[in-house]
Amino acid sequence: MPELIRVGMADYKVSRGPATIISYGLGSCIGISMYDPQAKVGGLLHIMLPDSKQSRASENPAKFADTGLPLMLSDLLQLGASRSRLVAKMAGGAQMFAFANATDIMRVGLRNAEAAKKILQELKIRLVAEDTGGTYGRTVQIDLETGIYRVKTIDKGEKEL
Amino acid sequence: MSDDVLELSPAQLDALREIGNVGAGNSATALSQIINRRIEMNVPEVSIVPLGDVPDLVGGPDAMVVGVFLRVYGEAPSNILFILPQDSAFYLVDTLMGKHHGDTRTLDFMDESALMEIGNILAGAYLNALFNFTKLTLLPSIPALAMDMAGAILSVVLIQLGQMGDHALVIETEFLAEEDGIKGHFFLVPDPGSLETILSAVGVE
Repeated sequence: MPELIRVGMADYKVSRGPATIISYGLGSCIGISMYDPQAKVGGLLHIMLPDSKQSRASENPAKFADTGLPLMLSDLLQLGASRSRLVAKMAGGAQMFAFANATDIMRVGLRNAEAAKKILQELKIRLVAEDTGGTYGRTVQIDLETGIYRVKTIDKGEKEL
Repeated sequence: MSDDVLELSPAQLDALREIGNVGAGNSATALSQIINRRIEMNVPEVSIVPLGDVPDLVGGPDAMVVGVFLRVYGEAPSNILFILPQDSAFYLVDTLMGKHHGDTRTLDFMDESALMEIGNILAGAYLNALFNFTKLTLLPSIPALAMDMAGAILSVVLIQLGQMGDHALVIETEFLAEEDGIKGHFFLVPDPGSLETILSAVGVE
């Protein structure tokens, strides 16, 4: 049985095939994977917020898109991934409660997705698939043997990215 | 460490626990009258936990729960989240709608409406107690409901707290309806600035 590595909120893990990295119950958070299919090295980052500069000092860079993605990238390069081969996939960014007068914080899922895309572009990592938005939670996992990114929901079925 | 919540004194934590106690007591009484059952509640826990650990308080991030969310406006803006494990929510709906236990297997519009009303009443009772302590004006929004994974539902409040630090101050009470196994968690999550407002209103600064 290949190892199953769990990633909590505002955290990330990197490893190599045949391990699978999983993060449970994402709402407005986003699970971003990076994977090098040749080296079979990859990681999963579970961000909560788009931008560390809009928050008070945090001890945890994995909480934000702008600090978490470069951090995971550097770990992956150390594990032997090649930047040009790395591809990214992401899912999450839901709005769990629908309010007529949704405040900014209610729409944070959307802002998370936009920030993640922008940072990936800056890092020159190709985003090849995404499943973001909606009003439902997701459990996401990346299989480091195959690179398949699986999204599970309660009643919106299961998807492979 | 940047987190203000880590610097709360024992006296401040006691004050918050007492507020939680009376608030939850009011809520439990209200709930007990609606469903005509004895409700037990535990002494509220005031805990400061890493954000990522909060979903474990309600069974883990992938546990199926029903969440009723209310935004609290006024002098100490906060969020209220009432979380029921899915089977407890179904049980509660059976009780409210006069059905046999086990009849409810999904939530229809009426069921959701009933649960939101419960959230409304609990929040109102809780805020009433908070007002008696603090004289702060606090007005709940209309409730919103979602049934999904606990982590996803909690992310709504955790992300907001995440802007200010890496820990959450959680004032949490567990309700248990006698013999029915209806279990619920009531979370009051003050916005970062609101905590100081509440504490200074009760005179523990």
